[in-house]
Amino acid sequence: MLTIDRATRDAIIAHARRDHPDEACGVVAGPIGSDRPERHVPMVNAAMSPTFYEFDSGDLLRLYRDMDDRDEEPVVIYHSHTATEAYPSRTDVNLASEPNAHYVLVSTRDGGEVEGTDVDFRSYRIVDGEVTEEEVTVVERYDT
Amino acid sequence: MAIEVRIPTILRTYTDGERAVQSEGATVAELVENLEAAHTGIKERLVEDGSVRRFVNVYVNDEDIRFTGGLETAVSDGDTVVILPAVAGGAPGGGAGPWAADRAQ
Repeated sequence: MLTIDRATRDAIIAHARRDHPDEACGVVAGPIGSDRPERHVPMVNAAMSPTFYEFDSGDLLRLYRDMDDRDEEPVVIYHSHTATEAYPSRTDVNLASEPNAHYVLVSTRDGGEVEGTDVDFRSYRIVDGEVTEEEVTVVERYDT
Repeated sequence: MAIEVRIPTILRTYTDGERAVQSEGATVAELVENLEAAHTGIKERLVEDGSVRRFVNVYVNDEDIRFTGGLETAVSDGDTVVILPAVAGGAPGGGAGPWAADRAQ
């Protein structure tokens, strides 16, 4: 199960709306082992494509260095599909390289670029090519 | 002195869970051979047809080796090499993905 705070979920959806019709992507980092997505880091889609996303390689290095410095890991890795459902594609599965992460897919296909319309927000584990959807629980804030 | 190689989570199965290992070589290609000797199987995850795999990033002292000569990039004692899998993906049928060619066949 993914537990995520409302402000972070809303920020991810806002990012997906903003970049529509291109795919938006980013991570939410959290303390190693906490399973708590705390620090939203929107990334630039270097592919600038409606059907593909990729973090810029320099941005990727800086992201991982920052997380290392803060004892964080990528708790959530998200991207949007802008014309198809919020389900991992074969490409997504083949390239998934963080078995501990929650892979969040957002779909803006149903007019989702407009504020107030429905946006699908779903979460998956992707381990060894196996996709398992999981429940998403939205909380106002994390228990301390 | 040696060269420190930082290993991403997905490849730590080859390094007994170690986040970083020491290796040596004059080029990244030699370094990869020495890594393979100590951690069998890792080379195949990094290199394909004599080049770094499309969705693997290798950095020598923060420089992506795609821009510095690829596997022939020189390395020396004290350098830090970072390996990071690309974070990438995309929609079904997306033409920019690595399997676009497969689908076209």
